Amino acid sequence: MSIKADNLVWKIGTKRVIDGVSFEAEPGKLLGLLGPNGSGKTSLLRLLAGLKRPHAGRVMLDGQDISSFRRRAIAQRVAFIEQHATTNANLKVIDVVKLGRFPHRTMLSGWTREDDRAVNEALERTGMSGKRDDAWQSLSGGEKQRTHVARALAQSPSELILDEPTNHLDVQHQISLLRLISSLPITSIIALHDLNHAAMYCDRLIVMQAGWIVASGTPQDVLTQRLLREVFSVDAHIETSPHHARPHIHFQR
Amino acid sequence: MSTTVSVSQPAERLPRLVWGAGLLLGSLLAIGLVVGISVGIGDMPIPLSTTYAVITNKLGWTSFELNRIHAAIVWDYRLSRSLVAAFCGAGLALAGAIMQSMLRNPLAEPYVLGISAGASTGAVLIVMLGLGAGAVSLSMGAFVGAFAAFLFVALLSNGARGGADRTILAGVAASQLFNAATSYIVTTAGNAQQARDVMFWLLGSFGGVRWPDLFLVSVVVGLGLVACLCYARVLDAFAFGDEAAASLGVNVAQTRIVLFALTAVMTATIVSMVGTIGFVGLVVPHAARFVVGPRHARLLPACAIVGAIFMVVADIASRVLIPQQSLPIGVVTALVGVPFFAVILYRLQRAS
Repeated sequence: MSIKADNLVWKIGTKRVIDGVSFEAEPGKLLGLLGPNGSGKTSLLRLLAGLKRPHAGRVMLDGQDISSFRRRAIAQRVAFIEQHATTNANLKVIDVVKLGRFPHRTMLSGWTREDDRAVNEALERTGMSGKRDDAWQSLSGGEKQRTHVARALAQSPSELILDEPTNHLDVQHQISLLRLISSLPITSIIALHDLNHAAMYCDRLIVMQAGWIVASGTPQDVLTQRLLREVFSVDAHIETSPHHARPHIHFQR
Repeated sequence: MSTTVSVSQPAERLPRLVWGAGLLLGSLLAIGLVVGISVGIGDMPIPLSTTYAVITNKLGWTSFELNRIHAAIVWDYRLSRSLVAAFCGAGLALAGAIMQSMLRNPLAEPYVLGISAGASTGAVLIVMLGLGAGAVSLSMGAFVGAFAAFLFVALLSNGARGGADRTILAGVAASQLFNAATSYIVTTAGNAQQARDVMFWLLGSFGGVRWPDLFLVSVVVGLGLVACLCYARVLDAFAFGDEAAASLGVNVAQTRIVLFALTAVMTATIVSMVGTIGFVGLVVPHAARFVVGPRHARLLPACAIVGAIFMVVADIASRVLIPQQSLPIGVVTALVGVPFFAVILYRLQRAS
């Protein structure tokens, strides 16, 4: 069951940014969302997170239309990590992660042991426990993203949606972040630009172009020479890596 | 790598609660003290003990023998004035903190939605064109003008859907429009004396306030503080912007409407009562944030307390800086506030 898109349409003015998208995310797996700039990845992720309402079609959570959920109820199970979320407030790492408990607390309820457990577990999982009292402004780009992931995990989500979380990170932090996300036991949908990273870490891939899904399936099935030429306009050789047994793309010079 | 995971137990919370209550009590005592000092200052100096005795007498707790003129000055004039100053300071600082958080802009302040400009237009309409009569209607005019400006901004920024930048731009446009309207009325319809009166009123004064004013402003600011505190966690969730707040389950549109309307009511009430007192709403939230950090459950009460103390002290300064004359309070808040702000900016820079 998990999260499912059913013939989604979303427009800016008369332009159909998302034009009839349907798919279903496999529970507990990492689904990669690929596509050139402007193909509708970010818009689709926003629809899936319930941040925007589709003009047609539905997003289903466990068979129920997401528009029938209250905002707070969505946030209790779907966590969303934006592309560049930053703040000028002088927050500590722990304050940011605690924000993740917001949907689980009512106006008057105090901070519970359950909240504490979720926050500590999220910090532990993301390797940020040692930096819990560090100031947000003092963190590196990679640490900021890890903090966002920790905040999202503190929401105790069953679905995690990430919009190009590895942008602007150095390769070490890109790899460690993807390793972390692919090891999570929750349903995750991630927009990515690096095709090799997508091939290595995602269980399934969806490729978008101009608001459509043009291919979907396992990395082996999806990443073909023809698709790369037609969608991304690049020539490449694809072989199965002898090191990790996933497809590896050699772009032509 | 060994990390100690501190889990706060209920037992650890109790001392924190006691600490909080102690701090609150201390702050209220501090406000009481500056109000007491403020009441003592003027053409006829009155010692703190006399002020205390007058208040307890009036409340029926004691029956000291007192000079009746002293009693009348304290009770009928100075005490209400000082307390109004305290509530206005608290309200403006609170409104400033809300605006800075909602608009995610360190330059935001209570008047960013055009409220002061609208109030001046309303006041000028009353004074210059003689719509209505007397001081009550001047306040009413200012309040109506302030709210008109707020509604204009709300419409221009497309209700709740516009983002922070759009709201700020709409506020700037509204301020320009209403200031232009004020200038137009002053230059075409006014005589010089009336123009001076209005200017003086706009710069802010606690001169004419009495008990009914105190009653109104205490109710508005008191309820405003309680309502804002209910939104403390929601305001925390806005740290990373509107979209991040929405993804945490905040109803962004509703929150914007409620909080903007709340600050508009508080600010319009204060402006219509004592004029446009600048700087408090900009500086006090930064000072408070510097001391207690960015989390709103602490920040908002801290703003109210610091704002109250700051305004009462500024009111004292306005009466003692130049003998035999009292400065407009808005002038004093800026004169006192800017050096104070410079110190904070300097220390912030060193800390980072």
